[in-house]
Amino acid sequence: MVSEIIVQLKGVSKYYDDTPALTDVDLYIRKNEFVTLLGPSGCGKTTMLRLIGGFEKPDTGTITFNGQDIGNVPSHKRKVNTVFQRYALFSHLNVFENIAFGLRIKKMKESVIREKVSRMLELVNLQGYEKRDVNSLSGGQQQRVAIARALVNEPDVLLLDEPLAALDLKLRKEMQHELKNMQRQLGITFLFVTHDQEEALSMSDTVVVMKDGEIQQIGTPEMIYNEPVNAFVADFIGESNIVDGIMRQDYLVEFAGNLFECADSGFARDELVDVVIRPEDLALMPPDQAKLKGVVRSVNFLGVHYEMIVEGADGTEWLVHSTLMEPVGTMVGLGLEPMDIHIMKKVRA
Amino acid sequence: MKRLSLTPYVIWMVLFTVVPMLLVLYYAFTVPTEGGTTWSLENFTRFFQPIYLRVFIRSLNLAVISTLICLLLGYPAAMIMAGNAFKRKHVIMLLFVVPMWMNFLLRTYAWLTILERNGFLNSLLTFFSLPRVNILYTNGAVVLGMVYNFLPFMVLPIYSVLSKIDKGVVEAAGDLGANPFQVFIKVILPLSLPGVVSGITMVFMPAMTTFVISRLLGGGQFTLIGNLIEQQFLVVGDWGFGSAISVVMIVVILLSMAVMSFFEGEEKDVALW
Ligand SMILES: Nc1ncnc2c1ncn2[C@@H]1O[C@H](COP(=O)(O)OP(=O)(O)OP(=O)(O)O)[C@@H](O)[C@H]1O
Ligand SMILES: [Mg+2]
Repeated sequence: MVSEIIVQLKGVSKYYDDTPALTDVDLYIRKNEFVTLLGPSGCGKTTMLRLIGGFEKPDTGTITFNGQDIGNVPSHKRKVNTVFQRYALFSHLNVFENIAFGLRIKKMKESVIREKVSRMLELVNLQGYEKRDVNSLSGGQQQRVAIARALVNEPDVLLLDEPLAALDLKLRKEMQHELKNMQRQLGITFLFVTHDQEEALSMSDTVVVMKDGEIQQIGTPEMIYNEPVNAFVADFIGESNIVDGIMRQDYLVEFAGNLFECADSGFARDELVDVVIRPEDLALMPPDQAKLKGVVRSVNFLGVHYEMIVEGADGTEWLVHSTLMEPVGTMVGLGLEPMDIHIMKKVRA
Repeated sequence: MKRLSLTPYVIWMVLFTVVPMLLVLYYAFTVPTEGGTTWSLENFTRFFQPIYLRVFIRSLNLAVISTLICLLLGYPAAMIMAGNAFKRKHVIMLLFVVPMWMNFLLRTYAWLTILERNGFLNSLLTFFSLPRVNILYTNGAVVLGMVYNFLPFMVLPIYSVLSKIDKGVVEAAGDLGANPFQVFIKVILPLSLPGVVSGITMVFMPAMTTFVISRLLGGGQFTLIGNLIEQQFLVVGDWGFGSAISVVMIVVILLSMAVMSFFEGEEKDVALW
């Protein structure tokens, strides 16, 4: 079931005084899709939302909405609503009127407004706060008002700029669940920005990983996690061990002084590559059974598993996640399967 | 410690605010008799005669008109200055502020020479073979003088509030479907109300009590209530009556401030006074 494209960016760039904030971005978003932009601070996530919301104009490229170029459509005429990173609540209005703002602009009936607003208040867990001055709310409460204020309009596309950043873990999980439900029920397309890779992986249909104004990879959460296209993505999506390697031939890579079988091919002979190994894919085993060996340098208990740093003979430090533990100073072997060795082309820094 | 540091201010307030106020009240509520004074409301009953009430009404009228004109001129000016479309905002700002560096009397005298029968304005009109106008010594000239002198007091507080409005809020309103006019009515105007309120107050109060502008540009003897008070103290020597009018004015201004702060009560934001 592939639905049609609702928002499309083609060759979009945006400069602030000659410094690029976005360069040559191509991205399409399908109806009802939950797309997440993920990337480090300053990589251009907010800029992308501002372009789609109509608060900035792209310097190059086109943005289409349902096939129509919206380059010259002002924000108030776009069927898009935004949850702003800095909330931007109306401080002269109370919670109820903040949420009702868009509905009043649309001149809806008072009874309809009441009903919709109170449903939203329930959704964001703020029943009874109708009359409250928005300035008197906590950061997390303000953030939830901002979500309600945008969501109540049931736009075709909702842009959410780190909408859960100010919430505590429990509320955050709840809201993630609620937002996902809302998105499915109302059939709204979500473009969601987050720093939090776990949030991105658990909520999205599609994840877009960005760096320095450029898209690194677009794919399903599974693809992004299991098949990162480069070391940056691998490192950003979950912790990884990234070491230099040499591709000796197809399905054979050399790193840490040993040859390993792997699942990748298509590289030049003796090409320098990044080898990425997830910490949970390294298994502790007796040293004489493993090619990789090292001494445990530190052990950290993280609840579900232990986090250990194992220093190899050549000085490489391996991050290992395991439910088992060996004390500091022990010599251990690290086993790994060919499937778990991810070979990536070197990115020029 | 805290109390000690307050002392100079308390002394200042008592000497220059409380004592004069008490004196004004004393004069207002007493009349001289042979060999002393007695308590009386006579000064007040005198004020509520048609001849004086008419002066009062005219003052109120001119002050309200001047304040409104200042608001209508000042708000858009403040908006232009606060808007980021305009790069040279400090130039406009300077244009408003520079005249304030000059002496108030001098500024008003300047208008005298402009508006005179053979003044600058009429020379200009004759030069373009247009009919001459005589606006000096009319209410119009007084309003002009007030607007000219008090406009900065309207512009600056409104500008200061407008320039503090978060651009994000304006964007949010647009995002929610409000066109630029709706954004203004529903967001910018309400958020700028505190500035409007202090602007109105800062223009209305001096406009209501001025006697210099009305004497120079209005000509007549009892043009405004300010002139009436001045007259009682400096010419007639009836301190009791002069004080009584002052008390009435204080009450009027306090009332108008109460009305204003009622409007402002909904906002709890910055006020300039
Ligand atoms: N109005 C502006 N003027 C100049 N530079 C800007 C402006 N807005 C953003 N930038 C720059 O553009 C780049 C991208 O900024 P953007 O706000 O899109 O980042 P972001 O990915 O949203 O970061 P964060 O996760 O911290 O919110 C940054 O280097 C930022 O400094
Ligand atoms: Mg951002």
